[in-house]
Amino acid sequence: MKPWEAFRLAGEALRANRLRSLLTMVGVIIGVAAVVVLVAIGGGAKSEVENEVEGLGSNIVFIVPGKFQFGTTPSLSPLRLSDVQLASRIAGSAQDVTAVVDSGENVTAGQNNYFATVQGVTQNFDVVFNRPLVEGTYLTAADVTTSARVVVLGANVAATLFPNEDPVGRTTAIDGVSFRVVGVAQGQGSAFGVTQDDNVDIPVTEAQLLFGVNTVQSLEVKAQNPSQIGALSNQLVSALESEYTGVQFSAVTQSQILGTIGKILSLLTLVLAAIAGISLLVGGVGVSNIMLVGVRERTREIGLRKALGARQRDVVLQFLVEAVTLTAVGGLIGIGLGLGTSAAVGAFSPLPTDIAWWSPALAFGVSVFVGVVFGVMPARRAGRLDPVTALRTD
Amino acid sequence: MSGPTRTLRRYAIEAVDVRRSYSMDGMTVEALRGVSIGIAEGEYVAVTGPSGSGKSTLMHLLGALDRPTTGRMLIGGKDTATLDDAGLAKVRGAEIGFVFQAFQLLARTTARDNVALPLVYRGVGKAERRRRAVAALEAVGLGHRLTHRPTQLSGGEQQRVAIARALVGEPRLVLADEPTGNLDSANGREVLNVLERLNRERGVAVVLVTHDAEVAARATRLIRMHDGLVVSDTEKGAESVVERGGESGGAGGVAGGAENSMGNGVGNDVDDAAETRT
Repeated sequence: MKPWEAFRLAGEALRANRLRSLLTMVGVIIGVAAVVVLVAIGGGAKSEVENEVEGLGSNIVFIVPGKFQFGTTPSLSPLRLSDVQLASRIAGSAQDVTAVVDSGENVTAGQNNYFATVQGVTQNFDVVFNRPLVEGTYLTAADVTTSARVVVLGANVAATLFPNEDPVGRTTAIDGVSFRVVGVAQGQGSAFGVTQDDNVDIPVTEAQLLFGVNTVQSLEVKAQNPSQIGALSNQLVSALESEYTGVQFSAVTQSQILGTIGKILSLLTLVLAAIAGISLLVGGVGVSNIMLVGVRERTREIGLRKALGARQRDVVLQFLVEAVTLTAVGGLIGIGLGLGTSAAVGAFSPLPTDIAWWSPALAFGVSVFVGVVFGVMPARRAGRLDPVTALRTD
Repeated sequence: MSGPTRTLRRYAIEAVDVRRSYSMDGMTVEALRGVSIGIAEGEYVAVTGPSGSGKSTLMHLLGALDRPTTGRMLIGGKDTATLDDAGLAKVRGAEIGFVFQAFQLLARTTARDNVALPLVYRGVGKAERRRRAVAALEAVGLGHRLTHRPTQLSGGEQQRVAIARALVGEPRLVLADEPTGNLDSANGREVLNVLERLNRERGVAVVLVTHDAEVAARATRLIRMHDGLVVSDTEKGAESVVERGGESGGAGGVAGGAENSMGNGVGNDVDDAAETRT
């Protein structure tokens, strides 16, 4: 028998039992669609977070006390505002160094109230982190030296506190202390509820007074280009470690953060895909089951084919191709369903989706593989049938 | 092309001291106990005998559906005892055409594609398959029923489709197992007429297994079986009984009158239906 004849036979057999074929495919369809959708959601999360981290500003080195590990917040920082000068000397530019001390606080204006991240920063924070304003001005050097009670609002904060009026020139209260609004930052969007748009910026000196601290949590230094990041990090860490004997410092770069987040999200995507893969496995068992039923129902047909000259391998090929056709067609329908669902999720839900080219290809490959694995046993059983016995079957 | 012969005849198929035994619940049952027969090309042979006489087993061996336990089974010069499953399948496809009592047509397939089926396994292309199937259907008088499905045909027509299928591969031998068993007498006669005409016109050998004495009487040669042995083998026209093969200990072609039932070695009453296979 020519191999393509097996595909013709498979098509005929599957069409002859349309409903059964479709129901058998459902397991594979759901499995493949789930894999495609979950991989798209995982990929969407990953690229969104990567964009977000990149949006923090490019080529920035974060200097934090302690040994940096993702997910832990360093506390008890010994860093002082004067370390900005130390870092500026190493970086060679005062414009590229800023410091941050922040805390979650209630910000109010009249009846309106917002729980914001209040960050005390130096006047060049907006340059280092690329935080453009939609109106007003940013904090000035004078604001920082005089501990002025002025504030730049993030987009969400401004929209909530001053829904119907221009915030610039108005007064807000942070932790009960009045601040004059001097500027509003441009909205930058969010990933998983984490956003710069929830922040309000005040002079670092005023923040220290407000929070009752005389330290800053971190220094942020912008490298002139990516190739300098490594050397700059080492110089900063060693300078600070000789300044504060016995304290360890870490230089964290965006690529490290990206790498860590990427690893976590890749793992998450893999776990999601594996869970979806289980339903593909269950679908495969269903295919195997139906193929066994088919072999039993068609025992006489198999006997007849053998009597007419079909070899064992012809019969095995016929049933194997039938199983693979079931799962491959199911796989294609599942891919279509998965792509459609991914697009719908991306468009109509807060979850971002990003369809990697390889995920439909992989899903199709896996569904064909499932057909082969779960089709082999029924096909071999069909191939081994003795023609005399098979022809005698009712 | 024909196998080695011990007589002047050219044999299409020859069994030489063929035995076939089965294991059944740990017991060995001998269905054939030494049978030697030769079927000449173009011959028209009926095989009769009671249930359990071994005629079905003999038919399976003649049709290369099965291999003998001992002895030689020569089909087109090939000893099927030495062939593997793929080799047997090839012999079936090339040398044998089957006609079954229950027709065995594929229900959802047209008459034409049913007839073309054996050619699929010989690697014949679709257009050529159809052309030959149409010719075969015309030869059995069903040229007007090409795209009908079995359920749209009468029993007699279905069996004629099956005969067309048996002939489409131009086999050496057509094996018909109770071909009229599921038909009324008029349809049965029609089917036999077709079979006999093709036997005459094309020279294809026909072996017909039947219980029906009337059907058996139409053949030119009659082989009777009992208890796994050939008990008589007579040719019509000649009153003489032709002796065949049987030079080895088998009680194969022992000469005898038409009613001579040798019955040597009472043996087991083998029931075909009880044979177990794996």
